[in-house]
Amino acid sequence: MGVTMSVIWTGMVVISVLCGLATGRGAQVAAAAVEGAGAAVELCVSIGGMLCLWTGVMEVMRRSGLADKLSRLLRPVLRRLYPSMAHDKAVMDSIAANVSANLLGLSNAATPLGLEAARRMGKNSGGVANDALCMLVVCNTASIQLIPTTVATVRAAAGCGTPFDILPAVWLASAISVGVGITAAKLCARLWRGR
Amino acid sequence: MMDLFFTMLIPMILAVVALYAMGRRVDVYAALVQGAGDGLGTLLRIVPSLIGLLTAVYMLRASGALELAAQWFAPVLNRLGIPPETVALLLVRPVSGSAALGVGSELIAAYGPDSYIGRVAAVMLGSTETTFYTIAVYFGAVGITRTRYAVPAALCADLAGFMAAAWAVRICFG
Repeated sequence: MGVTMSVIWTGMVVISVLCGLATGRGAQVAAAAVEGAGAAVELCVSIGGMLCLWTGVMEVMRRSGLADKLSRLLRPVLRRLYPSMAHDKAVMDSIAANVSANLLGLSNAATPLGLEAARRMGKNSGGVANDALCMLVVCNTASIQLIPTTVATVRAAAGCGTPFDILPAVWLASAISVGVGITAAKLCARLWRGR
Repeated sequence: MMDLFFTMLIPMILAVVALYAMGRRVDVYAALVQGAGDGLGTLLRIVPSLIGLLTAVYMLRASGALELAAQWFAPVLNRLGIPPETVALLLVRPVSGSAALGVGSELIAAYGPDSYIGRVAAVMLGSTETTFYTIAVYFGAVGITRTRYAVPAALCADLAGFMAAAWAVRICFG
């Protein structure tokens, strides 16, 4: 998992222990440590069905040529984002399907497609994230969901009559966030060259 | 009408994809089952990193560290145009999707869905992702140990998203 995640994980655990002791919540921290691992498995079980269903649907889209069509629509943009992968049709197809699933808010479908692209990109990388991998991860950490259904559900539950009236604001904020992420990744790619 | 469209979006995608594939003489069911089987493999690879991450997140939440951080960060947030009431959401958002949804729902319920804070919280939830979870899953699956600039660039996008959320709500709702 690498140095970055090791540092983050160790930091989180150490801070929890220190802070728990300082605030007198040691017992709760101890309980949480046991609970968290179980919750991870529960989460996997609860998303497992949807995840497998959507990899199935994507397989249908792939075989019927629908994925190809989406891919062709997105390819001009994606080619500029991933210049080193433009020649690899399998990678570009996976990225295009990943982006379209993200746009539709099907994050459970987007992840396996993105991972498929990541695995092909990461071949012969020797454990070092190349520019294409960094771009793929940055694009997937920025939300580009067109219809944030979960948030709308929460707003409706709180008594809002027009839960979707935030859509323009969400699109504006998403576009800015993705734009900044892509710009940052492209700039960093130049600064980090050879490292 | 729009609400019904959004509710039915996922079933409609299933129907349209199946019909289109039938039209192209694809064995829809065989493809579906085979793809679902492939998904199972992906799922199994995700489990270990989720166990590690969620354990740390649960501990962090229980220790009260998040509330302490909220107090410290308030002056900086004011300067960035982000309402300090949302600080817990900012801290939790990159780490845990379900925790962020919990914190966000609390904010929306407490301040009202049509209040400034309630709207900012909703837009933040809708326009950002669980950054560290995504990074863990992707780099974990490929076996990357040196992540180079991926983490700082992703956090840049998150910060921009939070600032943009507050700004966009001010623009769209006056």
